[in-house]
Amino acid sequence: MAVEAPERPTPSPRDRSRGARGRERPGGGFELWSWLYMRISGLVLLVLAVGHVLIMHVLDDGVERVNFGFVAARWQSPFWRTWDWALLVLALIHGINGLRIIVQDYVRWPGVRFAVDMAFFVIGFALFVLGTVVVFTFDPSQWPGTV
Amino acid sequence: MAKRKSDVGTLYKGSPGQWSWLLHRITGVAVILFLFAHVVDTAVVGWGPEAYNRVVGVYHNWVVQLLELGLVFAVLYHAINGVKIMIFDFWPSSARHMKGIALASTIIFVLCMIPITIIMGNTILESAGVF
Repeated sequence: MAVEAPERPTPSPRDRSRGARGRERPGGGFELWSWLYMRISGLVLLVLAVGHVLIMHVLDDGVERVNFGFVAARWQSPFWRTWDWALLVLALIHGINGLRIIVQDYVRWPGVRFAVDMAFFVIGFALFVLGTVVVFTFDPSQWPGTV
Repeated sequence: MAKRKSDVGTLYKGSPGQWSWLLHRITGVAVILFLFAHVVDTAVVGWGPEAYNRVVGVYHNWVVQLLELGLVFAVLYHAINGVKIMIFDFWPSSARHMKGIALASTIIFVLCMIPITIIMGNTILESAGVF
């Protein structure tokens, strides 16, 4: 007589503990702050990045309408300058940290890993400086009649 | 010494989670690479209207607009899947409804992409000269 097969395979001990404790998270230190940062910044970016993409690329003719005059008019408002700067900073750190986590998975040799991480960090820092200077020093009155 | 197969890991064959994990990773890399370029192209606004308008003129090309649709796809997928990850991480008991939550997040994503694809698709077809 055939033994009736169980409807589902018995979960392995690992699966069962996962069900009880949830997904693995870092135990502490820098990695835990990194873990927390990705989630909190992710939540803020849900508004800042998705909002930015919808406003600039989808609604109201999208990027077709974007030109120097559009940016000049938009950045008359401190609200949009703050939005864009916050988006810049949060997204850069979120993205560079994400790249660091991916590099951990695919670059196994410590020297190369450090070099790749540093390269992304330097690019990120340079773009942070460039973006910050542009957002806060842009002054369209240098080009009269464009706004 | 050669690594044993178990040291480097095997293909994970558990659930659709492996595909959302992969897509989360790919869309994340795509967005940060675009951001690198985008900070630079926006910075050109500091060099005046002539320079900036020439740079953003790139976006009138239909191939670039197709990539732009890909960008919106990437940002939106990464955002919605990110919320799903946070639900599992902050409310571990929600893992019991993993399949349902994963399905719901996919449906929300697809529902958002339908009007977006229609709106951006119209612009792309116009730029490509289809109509």
